[in-house]
Amino acid sequence: MGGALTVCASRGILGATLLDKGDGYPAADGANAGASPATASVTPPSAGTVLQGVEFDLTVAELAVNFTGARRVATAINGLVPGPTLRWREGDLVTVRVANRLAVPTSIHWHGVIVPADMDGVPGVSFPGIAPGETFTYRFRVNQSGTYWYHSHSRFQEQTGLYGAIVIDPRVADRHRADREHTIFLSDWTDIDPEHVYRTLKLQSGYFNFGKRTASDFLADARRQGLGETLADRRMWGTMRMDPTDLADVSAYAYTYLMNGISPAGNWTGLFQRNERVRLRFINGSSMSFFDVRIPGLKLTVVAADGQDIDPVTVDELRVGGGEVFDVIVEPDADRAYSIFAQSVDRSGYAAGTLAPRLGMQADVPAMDPRPLLTMADMGMARDGMAAMDHGAMAGMDHGGMAGMAPLPAPPALQGPLVDNIAMQPQSRLDDPGVGLRGNGRRVLTYADLHTLGGPYDQRPPDREIVLHLTGHMQRFIWSFDGQKFSEAEPLRFRYGERIALTLINDSMMLHPIHLHGMWGEVYSADGTFLVRKHTITVQPGQKLTYRVTADALGTWAYHCHLLYHMEAGMFREVVVERDASEPTSPHSQHGGHHS
Amino acid sequence: MKSAATSARNAIALAVATLAAVFAYAPGAIAAEPAPATGPNTTLPPAPAPAPEHVPPDPPKSPLGPMSAREMSRMMEMDDTRLFGTVIFDQLEWRDGGVGSDAAWDAEGWYGGDYNKLWIKTEGEYSDGARRQTGHTGQSGQIGQTDHASSSLAASVDLLWDRIISRWWNVQAGLRQDFGDGPARTWGALGLEGLAPYGFDTQATLYLGEKGRSALRIKAEYDLYLTQRLIVQPKIEANAYGRADSQRNVGAGLSNAGLGVRLRYEFRREFAPYVGLDWSRAFGSTATLIRDQGRDADDLQVVAGLRAWL
Repeated sequence: MGGALTVCASRGILGATLLDKGDGYPAADGANAGASPATASVTPPSAGTVLQGVEFDLTVAELAVNFTGARRVATAINGLVPGPTLRWREGDLVTVRVANRLAVPTSIHWHGVIVPADMDGVPGVSFPGIAPGETFTYRFRVNQSGTYWYHSHSRFQEQTGLYGAIVIDPRVADRHRADREHTIFLSDWTDIDPEHVYRTLKLQSGYFNFGKRTASDFLADARRQGLGETLADRRMWGTMRMDPTDLADVSAYAYTYLMNGISPAGNWTGLFQRNERVRLRFINGSSMSFFDVRIPGLKLTVVAADGQDIDPVTVDELRVGGGEVFDVIVEPDADRAYSIFAQSVDRSGYAAGTLAPRLGMQADVPAMDPRPLLTMADMGMARDGMAAMDHGAMAGMDHGGMAGMAPLPAPPALQGPLVDNIAMQPQSRLDDPGVGLRGNGRRVLTYADLHTLGGPYDQRPPDREIVLHLTGHMQRFIWSFDGQKFSEAEPLRFRYGERIALTLINDSMMLHPIHLHGMWGEVYSADGTFLVRKHTITVQPGQKLTYRVTADALGTWAYHCHLLYHMEAGMFREVVVERDASEPTSPHSQHGGHHS
Repeated sequence: MKSAATSARNAIALAVATLAAVFAYAPGAIAAEPAPATGPNTTLPPAPAPAPEHVPPDPPKSPLGPMSAREMSRMMEMDDTRLFGTVIFDQLEWRDGGVGSDAAWDAEGWYGGDYNKLWIKTEGEYSDGARRQTGHTGQSGQIGQTDHASSSLAASVDLLWDRIISRWWNVQAGLRQDFGDGPARTWGALGLEGLAPYGFDTQATLYLGEKGRSALRIKAEYDLYLTQRLIVQPKIEANAYGRADSQRNVGAGLSNAGLGVRLRYEFRREFAPYVGLDWSRAFGSTATLIRDQGRDADDLQVVAGLRAWL
């Protein structure tokens, strides 16, 4: 392990940034042992495997792993979970050959990387997938820089380990200089077959929730806030048939949260030297988890969101939604260990690791915060202490300054049986850190803090607005846009070149990280001010959020909630970008609208 | 360090950016164009993109050909219309009223998708005959299995098509068959199943049988969490009949109602042993029929059993 430092030091002389060298990468039982050959350079085995160059050979195969004490089979890339970090360079034409050694089809999607539609890696949308025994060659020019990631878009392989980081070095020097960097890849592992997890959610959606309200909670609430208030609260939730503890569909009951493929017990450790500027690339590569990340003792200066440089903002804590990426710079000035702590939104568990000047050190892992409850605001209703947000709500009503656009009628399926709630007063709330993070005494990042440098890449006002409701039925475990599951919906059609305002209204009680393939989403505040360019946009319960998209990417694309089982349950749309409606480029024009 | 290498890098970056601006589609340019119907090979005006770091992707060289929704779903390995099935033994228990014991069950299973399901429900009670003073054995019931006791069985099975009709309710239609002592009865069934306010699992089913017979069965249950695994489940059931069926010990009107309270421990959500109390009472002419047989119309039993599902 000592060799890693030397490697780093020598690279430090050569360049501004250091390669990821997450010591302790291989799991204790050898889960991650055995990097397979690649054409590109490989860091020493003790470090997180990084492949760099322009040609890559990835092999997808099963791998025996043991994250929890039980032996299971993962889907791995080059024998690694997470797969190797791919280090690209802006402007390069990269070739990635993906060989499928599984018995089932596979695929790799480059999450956040803008590539031609047929290179995007979504089976059935961009390409046919990679059949068993086949090798598919991805080839595209990398026209962006920053931190991204990749994952399988086939079935539930993302849940079983088929993911990894992508770091794209800019052609010009990084805006935000760092002496050293680590990729912090967060994921959720389960020993349960994901097919069974999904079936279980369909049969009993609260199965994994072990934080339900109990009779003693009732008594405690009655003592604290009075019987009348408590009864009113229970009546409110009861009449809606909602559960304020429904924060995460899958909890630590099933999940072991991993940091760079290491469970908290394994204590992934990243090294630093005192007073270095250390860049941490946080990637949420989980299937179903939101992580609230902090490093007690260190301020986190967020310098990039979803790979895009932002005006640095210093916080104590940030929430990273599934698929989201944040680059953070920390400057540890003490010769001590720091705990990197990423608790899941339902506080049922956490991923944790250590930043330390030397291996073998460990800081106290903080206790998890109390489990939060959803509020009226999360139900899309103004009540109880929401006065402060009324202003934002009002501003949100006029579609972010897009004057002259008549409010669109609500889609009829919203009233249908697949939707258990409609947000009556959705609010912009971009400055709301979200459930469980409000008023916790720490400075928590919000979307209102994010300001992408350089402004929007397309300054035109939107040509039209598309409003989509994020809908679902918790109890039936059905998820959808506008009350229509994927199988029932026509593709969304964008005219090539148009600028679209996409307004998402989250009618459900869950956070949804919404990911559009192929095109950036530029988030605007309710008053029409540009905030941030993202590929995955978390919409909070009861929130109404507008972002703008330029339809400059011809082809068919996936648009979906990045919670894996929400996507599977219907929260997915196909987006078709075509030159002219009379000249459809969609191969699936006959798709949709066939349920009885 | 910022030497020749950096300059070269910058030069390359500039070249790339310029090339991109020339050859790639520039979003700002289209906006300025009154007619954006440019073909794939049309030279686009080389207007500088506002943020040159964004380069739109090339059009796909090999887009997927046309395919049916079914083919697409198969290729995506994503299917939100998938069918699932389950079997739930809500009650599988022994009941002891002090003078004898019964075995009883209340179970349901379904198979289907989000809109349509096939349901099967069954409930019943079996007495081994040791307890002569209660139970459902009628005068024409099975006789003389032993000198002093005869076993009795009362059971029903519903086979229903279940259709989602609203946020919280499904309509169910099908057949019910009564088994056990007395003549078998067959019913047509039409009912509602769903989640009532406050989270009561509720079923209300209207049955129509031969010879103008009719019946109504209502069930509701609720899970009250004492801890995350220790759960109290109150459950009520009531049966009413449109006309008497003395061969099955049924009088007209509200015939019987039951209130059960079961305390279960979920070792797993799917596996929860329980203990509880089950009180049942016959009403009206049904009670009279039962009393006429010298039995008690009021019955409080201690129960122990298993709630399990697959």
